[in-house]
Amino acid sequence: MFHPPVGAPAVERAEDMNSRDQIAEVCWCFQPTDCCRVGGRLNRSSSLILFWRVPLHCTAMSPSIPLQEMIRAIRSARTQCEERGVIQRECAAIRAQFRQADNGARSHNLAKLLYVHMLGYPAHFGQMECVRMIASPRYSEKRVGYLGAMMLLDEKQDASLLITNSIKNDLSHSNQYVQSLALCTLACMGSAEMCRDLAPEIDRLLRASNSYIKKKAALCAVHIVRKVHELGELFAPAARSLLTEKNHGVLHGAVVLITELCERNPEALERFRKTVPDLVQIMKGLVISGYSPEHDVAGISDPFLQVRILRLLRILGRHSETASDAMNDLLAQVATNTDSTKTVGNAVLYETVLTVLDIKSESGLRVLAVNILGRFLLNNDRNIRYIAMMSLQKIVGTDHNAVQRHRGTIVDCLKDHDASVKRRALELSLALVSASNIRSMMKELLLFLSSCPPELRAQTASGIFNAAERYAPSQRWHIDTILHVLTTAGGDVRDETVPNLIQLITNTSELHCYTVHKLYRALLTDISQQPLVQVACWCIGEYGDLLLKGECQETEPAQVTEDDVLDSLETVLQSHMSAPATRGFALTATMKLSTRITDNVDRIRSIVSIYGSCIDVELQQRAVEYNALFKKYDHMRAAVLERMPVIEKNSLGQTNGESAVEAIKAVQPATVKQGEPPLPLQPANQVCDLLDLLGGSEEPLQPSSVQSGTASGLPINNSSTAGGDLLDLLGGFEPTPAAPAPAVTVYEKDGVNLTLLCEKHSDSGLTVTLTASNSNDSDISSFTLQAAVPKSVQLHMKAPSGDFLPARGAAKVTQMVVLNNPNKVNLKMRVRISYTSQGSACQDTVQIDSFPGL
Amino acid sequence: MRFLLLFSRQGKMRLQKWFMPLTEREKKKVMRDMMMLVLARPPRSSNFLQWRDLKIVYKRYASLYFCAALEEHDNELLALEVLHRYVELLDKYFGNVCELDIIFNFEKAYFILDEFLMGGEVLETSKIAVGVSMEEADTLQEQTMEEYMSKPAY
Repeated sequence: MFHPPVGAPAVERAEDMNSRDQIAEVCWCFQPTDCCRVGGRLNRSSSLILFWRVPLHCTAMSPSIPLQEMIRAIRSARTQCEERGVIQRECAAIRAQFRQADNGARSHNLAKLLYVHMLGYPAHFGQMECVRMIASPRYSEKRVGYLGAMMLLDEKQDASLLITNSIKNDLSHSNQYVQSLALCTLACMGSAEMCRDLAPEIDRLLRASNSYIKKKAALCAVHIVRKVHELGELFAPAARSLLTEKNHGVLHGAVVLITELCERNPEALERFRKTVPDLVQIMKGLVISGYSPEHDVAGISDPFLQVRILRLLRILGRHSETASDAMNDLLAQVATNTDSTKTVGNAVLYETVLTVLDIKSESGLRVLAVNILGRFLLNNDRNIRYIAMMSLQKIVGTDHNAVQRHRGTIVDCLKDHDASVKRRALELSLALVSASNIRSMMKELLLFLSSCPPELRAQTASGIFNAAERYAPSQRWHIDTILHVLTTAGGDVRDETVPNLIQLITNTSELHCYTVHKLYRALLTDISQQPLVQVACWCIGEYGDLLLKGECQETEPAQVTEDDVLDSLETVLQSHMSAPATRGFALTATMKLSTRITDNVDRIRSIVSIYGSCIDVELQQRAVEYNALFKKYDHMRAAVLERMPVIEKNSLGQTNGESAVEAIKAVQPATVKQGEPPLPLQPANQVCDLLDLLGGSEEPLQPSSVQSGTASGLPINNSSTAGGDLLDLLGGFEPTPAAPAPAVTVYEKDGVNLTLLCEKHSDSGLTVTLTASNSNDSDISSFTLQAAVPKSVQLHMKAPSGDFLPARGAAKVTQMVVLNNPNKVNLKMRVRISYTSQGSACQDTVQIDSFPGL
Repeated sequence: MRFLLLFSRQGKMRLQKWFMPLTEREKKKVMRDMMMLVLARPPRSSNFLQWRDLKIVYKRYASLYFCAALEEHDNELLALEVLHRYVELLDKYFGNVCELDIIFNFEKAYFILDEFLMGGEVLETSKIAVGVSMEEADTLQEQTMEEYMSKPAY
């Protein structure tokens, strides 16, 4: 009698069998006799197929359940733990089964193992079983064996080599389905060695077999060529002849293979160019005539093949006029005739557009292609819009004007809800910014910035900055734009924005008043955006006097008192929202104001002394230094805290202005520690100037104090590089210029001698020191020098050391002139000398054409 | 195509086909990344993503996500058609396919895939041809099993 053993689902559950014509979900086992157990399942026509028969004594020790039963058991496990238990039990059973001799259940055990593997559990003990199954003569076992090989083995495993022989044998099997299994597996996980071994076999199959095998052999050859490039040569002839086949699968495989060969080997590319007419012919057949129902997708005949042919044409026509000419008509035809209402049509159009834009097509065709992209931009389907923008991005460099025509649509896409579309629209918009559309584009971009997703903000901000820098129509617009970005997305800007903005502001001297007003108002509104607060503090510190003056041309002047200004800075200092660097800015700004305001200096003094015991070491250090500046070096305070000079464009850390102030600041801690004023070795001329004021000596600076000094003084956030530069300047004892060239006499007349000394301190800047002496017997007074330089050169004259030249060269007068020559023009300087000697005024001019040491 | 993954909304992998050699660890990482990226997408977004240097195309069919990774020069719109074609093939074979069919007959899903794609490229562009090959292969499988079964046990 048939009765199912314990644990197996009952036979009578007929209602579980689906009456649909598909494989039943239930597998069951039953015992027809007492000496063996048979299992089976229903096939599609609901008749029983027996698939395994196992002697009882074998199953007694490890009862294993059929595949679908196991799947059901795993799915019904309520917890991860339960699932693991079921799987462990099954794996043990499977392992046991594998160890046994040939039994009919092998393929199903392996299938079970593969299922377990797909869930993520380890299954390497099945690898050898795969090898054995592949070697089995039975198709059912081969099928699962090869599947297992593709899932469990890859070229890195040693076991994969063991199947090479089986594959080789199966490639020549009489049954095409066995051959196909071998081909498929080789194409999936064949290693380079296996490929080399079996390549001749594949070539044979490419030539002499039926379509079913040919198409598989073609793609297998593609894999081989990808693994072992040199073997491309082997397949070239066969590939060429396959183009004459009628079978679409074979054609497709041939096109893919030729594409692969051409991409790898320029010689092959040359040879295959001759196939362009054949490809055009095939394409024409697909587009115009051939309606074959089995290849039709929504009215397009075999879109897969069409797209591959278009891609091959692209590669063949890319650098060849003749090839491009041959395909012109066809491309125009495809572009105009393809139905674009469904995705599939658009896929073909898309590939056509890519081809047209990449080959040497005539201009009419190019315009047609860009117009298609423009149409895509207006399509309702998001995917199409995304595709269009990606393609436009690729050609925005070469066909800029054509893309500009669609700027409006692209900018509209910034408002799309989809994140991918937004990203593409942003990149494209930034690429389309030009001098003529900068104002309107910036409006859109700033609007976008206020509502864009967080992951795009940094990119947007930096894009806006770049565009502003390149195309700013006016300085004020530039500053306004940067301020707008800082207020909207201050947290996402890059660190170098702050020094860049400071530099920009310093260089725009006519807008200082306007800028400081705007920043002050911004500070009153919101102190959470750190970069903005830092710039605002810096400005207030520098230009606070302009703020207090109460008059401004560009904007409404603020009626503020000194207390208000100090209040705002103190708010920043005390706020928990302020980063340590920001507080540093605020403290320095407060200090600077001590020379720009008149009434509340005491308040500043008290602030500074309070912070002398702040927990933050950085702030404490600054406060202590400023305190010292108040107490011991009050006479230096005005000079130290004077207005910053114009900062050079590139050399952020090496600017002389900053280094001068920092050098002095570096002096203080040493002073406090040792009570003796060592002064920095001066490579920088302005330091020298200040030292003149101090009547300085020239002892070198202690390196230890340099570390702290430079760190404290810099108004830059993460100033690793800038600080490093300064350390080089001050701590390394290397004067930035080389040993100065000897002084050259440029003027000698009437006993007045003028010598020139040049020192280059940066790429375009140099310092000229003019030294005058008087060899007459009478003194010279009111000695002044004036200098003029070519238009593009910037000139800054320092205060002369004096204007009295005593007789007989008893003393000299020196004057330093700082020059900046960014355009590297030929440097000339005209110097006018005027003085009074023996009661009469004298004047003379000298032109200096050569600067030694330059 | 570099890989093709099928996974459910709950993050269970239903099918994974790799067309490039990766270690087990790398595969696991990729699968995790894919699931995270795709499952997080809002309902009406575009079907394309950028991930590392690959273009990811995904489409949701009922409870399953079909996710393919393409190289730079592959056509994304065509990839959508490829995914759709695969679903059609499954539907034809199983008759109104649902996720359960793919769970309980995963090896068949793989066999169908192997008749449609190979080495990451489309192998057969005709729906009918794939169906015919599957039928013939299945018949062959049943025949060989029957042959074996018809041998006397002992």
